[in-house]
Amino acid sequence: MFDYGHFKFENKQECLDTAIRYWNPDKTLFWQKAGIDLVIGRREGYCLYDMDGRRLIDLHLNGGTFNFGHRHPELIETLKGALDYFDIGNHWFPSVARAALSEALIKATPGMKYAIFGAGGAEAVDIAIKSARYATKRRKIVSIIKGYHGHGGLSVATGDERFSKIFLADQPDVFFHVPFNDIGAMEQALKSGDIAALIMETIPATYGFPLPNEGYLAACKALCEKYGALYIADEVQTGLMRCGELWGWQTYGIQPDIMVTAKGLSGGLYPISACLVNERAGGWLNEDGAAHISTSGGAELGCVVGHKVLEMLLRPETIANVHAVSAFFHEMMAEMMRRHGDIFTGVRQRGVILGLEFNHPEGAVYASRALYEHGIWAIFSSLDKRVLQWKPGVLLSHAMCEEIIDRFDAAMPRARELIRAATK
Amino acid sequence: MPEQALLKIPDAAYEQAMLKIERARWAVSRFQMMDHTATARVVQAAAAAAYAKSQFYAEWAVRETGMGVAAHKRQKNEACSKGLVELYGAEDFVSPRIDAASKIVELPRPAGVIFALIPVTNPVSTIYFKTLMALMTRNAIILSPHPGGKSVCADAARMLAQAAQAAGAPEGAIQVIDEPNIPLIEKLIADARVDLVVATGGPAVVKAAYRSGNPALGVGPGNAPVLVDDTADLKLAAKRIVASKSFDNSILCTNESTLLAFSAIADALLTALRAEGAHICTPEETSKLRNLLFTDDGFNTAIIGKDAGIIAREAGFTAPGAKILVTPVDLVQPEEKLVREKLCPVLAFARVGGIGQAISSARSMMRTAGRGHSAAIHSHNEAHIMAFSAALPALRVAVNAGCSLGASGFETYLGPSMTIGTGFAGGSSLSENLTPRHLVQFARIAYNRESSEIFGNFAGLDPLNLPQPTAAPPAAAILEQDSTALRQKLRQIILEELSAVLAA
Repeated sequence: MFDYGHFKFENKQECLDTAIRYWNPDKTLFWQKAGIDLVIGRREGYCLYDMDGRRLIDLHLNGGTFNFGHRHPELIETLKGALDYFDIGNHWFPSVARAALSEALIKATPGMKYAIFGAGGAEAVDIAIKSARYATKRRKIVSIIKGYHGHGGLSVATGDERFSKIFLADQPDVFFHVPFNDIGAMEQALKSGDIAALIMETIPATYGFPLPNEGYLAACKALCEKYGALYIADEVQTGLMRCGELWGWQTYGIQPDIMVTAKGLSGGLYPISACLVNERAGGWLNEDGAAHISTSGGAELGCVVGHKVLEMLLRPETIANVHAVSAFFHEMMAEMMRRHGDIFTGVRQRGVILGLEFNHPEGAVYASRALYEHGIWAIFSSLDKRVLQWKPGVLLSHAMCEEIIDRFDAAMPRARELIRAATK
Repeated sequence: MPEQALLKIPDAAYEQAMLKIERARWAVSRFQMMDHTATARVVQAAAAAAYAKSQFYAEWAVRETGMGVAAHKRQKNEACSKGLVELYGAEDFVSPRIDAASKIVELPRPAGVIFALIPVTNPVSTIYFKTLMALMTRNAIILSPHPGGKSVCADAARMLAQAAQAAGAPEGAIQVIDEPNIPLIEKLIADARVDLVVATGGPAVVKAAYRSGNPALGVGPGNAPVLVDDTADLKLAAKRIVASKSFDNSILCTNESTLLAFSAIADALLTALRAEGAHICTPEETSKLRNLLFTDDGFNTAIIGKDAGIIAREAGFTAPGAKILVTPVDLVQPEEKLVREKLCPVLAFARVGGIGQAISSARSMMRTAGRGHSAAIHSHNEAHIMAFSAALPALRVAVNAGCSLGASGFETYLGPSMTIGTGFAGGSSLSENLTPRHLVQFARIAYNRESSEIFGNFAGLDPLNLPQPTAAPPAAAILEQDSTALRQKLRQIILEELSAVLAA
């Protein structure tokens, strides 16, 4: 019996049945078929526990939402303290929490002028696109093929048609897609002169973290300047120290006009996102600041948590830990490739963002399952199932990193078996 | 504005300090990959940097703590930097040790993360000492200074960290708690990720270390008796006692507390002490000192490490030019406060009829404090020396040497140490002067004793650089769906070459 006070479930199966009946039958059944029978129960640090009590180390982190781990005590204390005083707040009025978080974000981020808050990444991307359209008085948006920027009205159209066509939300006349790492194609798209903005994840996550070629992002930015478009950096997965600096774009030496952050800014506890704009892109905030409204965007509780998240990220000890975790996986994944090079064939890495390449079109699905059986939860890339997303948290301990590698090593023979069976 | 914040907020200082422990753990993992040569380079660099700053930090420590003598602190800083390296530099705490006769190979296992508590009395020398010993044994160290010396300690720790890191030490191997306080320290030393607590300081600190639940090397307080018998060279004894008692104004826990003199030579010894700069107090002066030094709460900490002249003035008399103040007492029992530990240049003095009374007096004064710590004797009578040492609850007895630097190993061959083990008698698991050997343990490979089982040849086998396993990875699965077969093939070849290169 799982008695949560407010509701009860006899067992995991009853929860699954209820989810199929009332929540999302396809999604629920998908995981059952994939051999991942997870219903998350207790969670703590970088560990999740299945309802049945099985422990899993979380290397999915929901794209960095749980950058500091699950339910970090310092963040819980922060949120609990905030609940004694704040609530969502009233978006119409200035607020101490929003003023403080926007100041902290802008002071930590070169080249930006204002922070506009949303409740999630997609909303912040929508704000970014609106801001770019306002500034340029142009409508069209360029993004990369297999890009992903969320599921809002505008943001979903920037992404892969897998998520837009089903809802008739693709807008091929206004949203253009060009191949990643192809600067010629980018220029072709931008030179029409009627593009409002290029939106780019600094490293495209859902595409399996293919790394931008040397100079590619800088060239894209230069093209934006040349043709009068704004550059929007989507930092939802690459920001918040995950590339080794606060924002991924800083590690590539570029200066976006607009950037978007979400997920980890919430501390995994209270949803919040932010769109940071430079003076030009933030023009509408001087002309008609009520043109965009969001009741729960910049909820004051989220602002307090976000403020703490930034403080924690900027500690020298946190930065040192990120570098230590990065170096550890850089070295150990090379060793793992030496041992398992027949199936595990490549690593893409920047900071604590890694994409592990398997030599089968669905290799990462099998690897994910084998790892799941060995106590690790890491998800494949939706838009390139050869690549396993490997997203260690910024505060991961050395002891747990060693445990992760030992489990990875032990899981590879099982992954090999699954891949071979699929190949026959 | 209300003074109290409107929101209850987490203790950020604690959270940040907790991150330091993990940073140290990462440093440990890197340190284990360093061989003896690389480790020695780090030690040399840190010691050289420390040595160069000996005077600078000696002055700063006196200024900040108001205790001790800069020239003497400089001497300790030098001994705990260059001196330590000269002593232990040739020793290897890193490489495997092969004992063919016992058919045993020992693999060094450093403690890991050491949490070091630093006293206010000897701040920088203890920072130097513990840090260099940690580096010699490839441990990461977190230094936690006494609040009374936190600035000088933090600066010295950062200087060491910078020098060590520039020479190849792992990032985070040396860290410092900038804003120490007791609740914070109690939480940190109890953290499961701390491998060893090395506590130097007052009894409260040491007890806290032992209570932490983590392995701890703590030491109890000193209260050293010094005996001068009728075979001693009185002039030399007086010289050594005054030098020792005035050294850094008696701030070392090994300093002489009470001088016991054979009656036959007592007056001559007092004359000799006076000639060396001791002020022999009148009964009134002794009484004034007793009142100044000991309050209802115990020893008056404001007096720790002060000059003799200043102490006399505060007590209400003058002793111009005195290096130490000698207070004759009739009773050598714990109820006479002046025979307790005094971290200041005040030395109690009592006459004893012979070795028997010397021993019972010394044992009496050590009954409440100083057990397991130090004692000294000035004598050429081996039977006296043996009897005194065998009967006292001291674990080191310095002979014909000042106790301050003799028992702490600088002027004897005990091994120079800022951490003096007081053993079981003094509530400590450590009985010796702390040395690098205490910070490393060994995993042992032990062969069957049967003579038919031949001991392996481990010479030249480096655990940090073993030959790669030669077994090839399983053959690549042939993946028909994969359109990039050629790319895979190339990758496989590259990987094999990579493995070959790394195995070479």
